[in-house]
Amino acid sequence: MNSTKTRSQLADDKQTDLDTRSGQEWKIDRNEKVVEIQHLAKAFGKNKVLVDLNYDVYRGENLIVLGKSGTGKSVSIKCMVGMLQQDSGNVKVFGDEVSELDETGLRELRIKIGFLFQSGALYDSMTVYDNLAFPLTRVLKLKDKAEIDSRINEMLEGVGLANAVDKMPSDLSGGQRKRIGLARTLILKPEIMLYDEPTTGLDPITSREISQLIREMQKKYNISSIIITHDMECAKITGDRIIVMKEGEVVAEGQFDELANSSDAFVRSFFQPE
Amino acid sequence: MSQTTTAPPVWEKPLLAIADQVRFMGSFFRNMFRSGFEWGEFIRQCYLIGYKSLSLCGITGFILGFVMTLQSEPTMKEFGAVSFVPAMVSISVIREIGPVIIALICAGKVASSIGAELGSMKVTEQIDAMEVSGASPMQYLVVTRILACTLMVPILTLMADALALAGGWVASNINQKVSWSVFFTKAFGSLIFSDLIPAFIKTIFFGFAIGFVGSYKGYNSDRGTESVGVAANSAVVSASLWVIVLDAIAVQLTSVFAYN
Repeated sequence: MNSTKTRSQLADDKQTDLDTRSGQEWKIDRNEKVVEIQHLAKAFGKNKVLVDLNYDVYRGENLIVLGKSGTGKSVSIKCMVGMLQQDSGNVKVFGDEVSELDETGLRELRIKIGFLFQSGALYDSMTVYDNLAFPLTRVLKLKDKAEIDSRINEMLEGVGLANAVDKMPSDLSGGQRKRIGLARTLILKPEIMLYDEPTTGLDPITSREISQLIREMQKKYNISSIIITHDMECAKITGDRIIVMKEGEVVAEGQFDELANSSDAFVRSFFQPE
Repeated sequence: MSQTTTAPPVWEKPLLAIADQVRFMGSFFRNMFRSGFEWGEFIRQCYLIGYKSLSLCGITGFILGFVMTLQSEPTMKEFGAVSFVPAMVSISVIREIGPVIIALICAGKVASSIGAELGSMKVTEQIDAMEVSGASPMQYLVVTRILACTLMVPILTLMADALALAGGWVASNINQKVSWSVFFTKAFGSLIFSDLIPAFIKTIFFGFAIGFVGSYKGYNSDRGTESVGVAANSAVVSASLWVIVLDAIAVQLTSVFAYN
């Protein structure tokens, strides 16, 4: 593996990082792994997407996953929430092997994990309010309208769209849909967030706003995240650590600046496109 | 060393499809009896499936009775049996033609709409989003739609049957004056419970099949945008076929149990 700092060095680094970039403090606890992926393999028919994937995510950390399309980035995070079943290897979330969880265990795990889809995946027959109320009433089984309203308002204010509460998804722009999608995911207060290309299809300004929002949410709620992206500005703003995948394996790992100056042309090509 | 690959047997694909549908049905029944029934969505689906189909089914029913009466009157007149027209129309509409025609209309309108809606939700990852949030898309999307179809198709059929008789009476009045009470006395006088009950029961199965096929095709559609159209189209074809097959089974069962 070509990396400036190897995974074992990072794993052995038991210090707790304190990031004070925004004046706020949040902890990246390298003593606690929230996600452990070990020797993960997955094929679709004859197409081997994941070959031997290994990476960990620490409590409070934003991990960026880079790689060409079709290298299995999304497949790995779908295995984490039980949407896909691996062929071999282990996917442990909070120490539990996901493939061994029963229906109830999987549902309980999914409440702790938020998944922001590329499109936002808003329920288009419901208003923004109903979109946000849906997980509260169906998953947390909340019945108190005042509490539901308060949580929805808090989330919408958090993503800067408090005035969109009565709008339909079709009335929102791409960036707004992403924000509402993020609010709907965060409303369950997940401990881990999985972002599947959160800035794809957005203009540079909105992309930056979404990236900053991801960072803010991480700090505010001390969330651990895996962010799949091709947007290097997003990776720079949101990432604490970056891994680069090639042909179903991790080929490099490190900080943004370290990888940007990597000796490996493939790794460098993500940071300095010709 | 050369490797020989054996092609999968031809029956493998249809068997896997049947197994998948059985699994889907099992999941439907499991979720139907889970706590937290989605009453709000169920009522919304009843409105969309039932109320929004009222005019289509009503007009079809009325015209069905109207045309049957007009078409059969000249022939019946040749045999001097015009007075049997109300009985003939009521028996044929209520026992067979009404339920089948309304079910086929619902297969076209409702199954395609459910297939397209769920297919588009699948393509835009809404179903995945619901599932990974810890909610049950089967309970919210599928159970409500299948049950709404199962309830609404029989109600639509009853309404269409009633309007078909009204259409028959209007047609009778074009050529000869027949009073409302005479027409309906003759129409209902010829009906027995073994005409009404099996016909009503089979519409429940038609409704279930329409909802089930529409939901299954939409829920299991592929990821591309093209698959939304495929899901809608395939839902109509399969649901229509199921209606015909179920009708054939119902006719056989009725002839064995109800008329012997």
